Amino acid sequence: MRSSFRQANREALITLGLYVFFFLWWTVFAFGPGAGDPAEYTYVWGMPAWFFYSCVLGYPVITLLLWGVVRFFFSDMPLDGSENDSRKEDDR
Amino acid sequence: MNLVFVPLVVYLLLTLALALWSRRQTRRDAGASAIEEYFIGGRTMGGFVLAMTIIASYTSASSFVGGPGVAYTLGLGWVLLAMIQVPTTFFTLGVLGKRFAMLGRRLHAVTVTDFLYARYRSNAVVLLCSVAVLMFFAASMIAQFIGGARVFQAVTGYPYEVGLGIFGFAVVLYTTVGGFRAVVLTDALQGVVMVVAAVVVLLAVLDAGGGMAGCMQDLRAIDPGLISPSGAEGRIPAPMLFSFWILVGLGILGLPQTVQRCFGYKDSRSMHEAMILGTLIIGFLLLCMHLAGALGRAVLPDLPSGDLIIPTLILRLLPPFWAGVFVAGPVAAIMSTVDTMLLLVSATIIKDLYIRYALKNDVSNVSQKAINRMSLCCTFGVGVIVFLASFNPPQLLVWINLFAFGGLEAVFLCPIVLGLYCKSANACGAVASILTGLAVFLILSAAKISPFGILPIVPALAAAVPAFLVGNRFGRPVPEDVRKVFWEER
Repeated sequence: MRSSFRQANREALITLGLYVFFFLWWTVFAFGPGAGDPAEYTYVWGMPAWFFYSCVLGYPVITLLLWGVVRFFFSDMPLDGSENDSRKEDDR
Repeated sequence: MNLVFVPLVVYLLLTLALALWSRRQTRRDAGASAIEEYFIGGRTMGGFVLAMTIIASYTSASSFVGGPGVAYTLGLGWVLLAMIQVPTTFFTLGVLGKRFAMLGRRLHAVTVTDFLYARYRSNAVVLLCSVAVLMFFAASMIAQFIGGARVFQAVTGYPYEVGLGIFGFAVVLYTTVGGFRAVVLTDALQGVVMVVAAVVVLLAVLDAGGGMAGCMQDLRAIDPGLISPSGAEGRIPAPMLFSFWILVGLGILGLPQTVQRCFGYKDSRSMHEAMILGTLIIGFLLLCMHLAGALGRAVLPDLPSGDLIIPTLILRLLPPFWAGVFVAGPVAAIMSTVDTMLLLVSATIIKDLYIRYALKNDVSNVSQKAINRMSLCCTFGVGVIVFLASFNPPQLLVWINLFAFGGLEAVFLCPIVLGLYCKSANACGAVASILTGLAVFLILSAAKISPFGILPIVPALAAAVPAFLVGNRFGRPVPEDVRKVFWEER
């Protein structure tokens, strides 16, 4: 088993990855279909398409991804500093 | 008129009742020390409360009144900008959460400054950070009080001072009496109220504006810019939009009021729950409120000031009693931010300054009861001072608040993140980054220099990081025992 500090670092990196994904999603949709002339926008559910994809759809998508990531890559760990575990790790 | 008033009063009484109840809880499990109990609730928050308290202390008057107000003026581009804040909860918890929770327990840390002292062992860092907390929290608490009083005035028609009196009194009282437990419990209640209020306001606007498509066509007829990402008259240039990814994006890792929450939760399962729940709720809240503000332009096109949009929508579109229920939303957003800051200012004075310097960290001569009484008095005193300062209000709510945001980030971001993830970071680097970041930020903000719309926080952080690296070369190496505590090295 990994030491809990190393696992926590790994989770921080995964979070950062997810953050970058959200940034890209937001940027691509806002400045892709949103860049043109507002008179020529297409609409989804009454909203300009850029807005629908980047704002309305973007946040459920990230929440769902987050759920998956937390479910499969995050692990439960004791928080009160079980130093014994990590020592074993160091000895290996 | 009176009907608007009733639900507000009931709601305020409810928060006070929660505070008293939480105080009884405190007495029952008095295992932790008085300081850890009053300022961090004995580290017992569950997932739902953790999510709600991060959201509630993060979303403030600017998300509920100021933000939708700007969305009213500038259109969907500002909604897009607001959605940058969706990752707030998962980003803070995911990057800092577990390490902070573990270190917090190991070090008995209650404030972010505690953590920074343990990491850098430097009085300069503690003093700079404490001054920053006192200064910027005072500014934003006043801004919040003013925002709340304005909403109250707009909705009830009673004078500004009455509103200020009523919920200033409520916030100061429940925070003083209940400490951290009261703050997070009322935050949870306030979060729920905010979500309900946001949905109802958005639905009311959609209904009044003839549905989503109807609203959008009206907006396009007023100004096509209102439905484009660059805003009405192109007033949201892309460099400005992207610099918000620093201010309310990456920079949130430097906000003591949300980062401090990472010390206080019960176990890792609570954190996982809070990450998901928090993202779901904050996204929903931001989208509903800002979209309501933007679409409000189609319903009420001629308001003299954007800030009036949310209170006016509530009053015009809802029957009086329900208007009272839903105006509790913005009031909740404001109170939940003020209570957190009030308690952190008090913690800074008592724990970071008084105990560390006046008592030289030796609390053995002082009874737990005396410390508890001191904390109560301090919270109350700070509350009263801020409250009195709010009677002579400055203008432009949202900008004062953003100013405080940026200032805190300029001070705290580098020392927190580099302190946690960079083993060689030392006090000299931290002090250099704090001074440089703060100086650049304050000069640019005061002189109103923002080339291409880039916010002052971007150059401030761009200067703070190299300043850290340069300063680091002149500092002493990190002591062995600090390395051991922070990275379990032997």
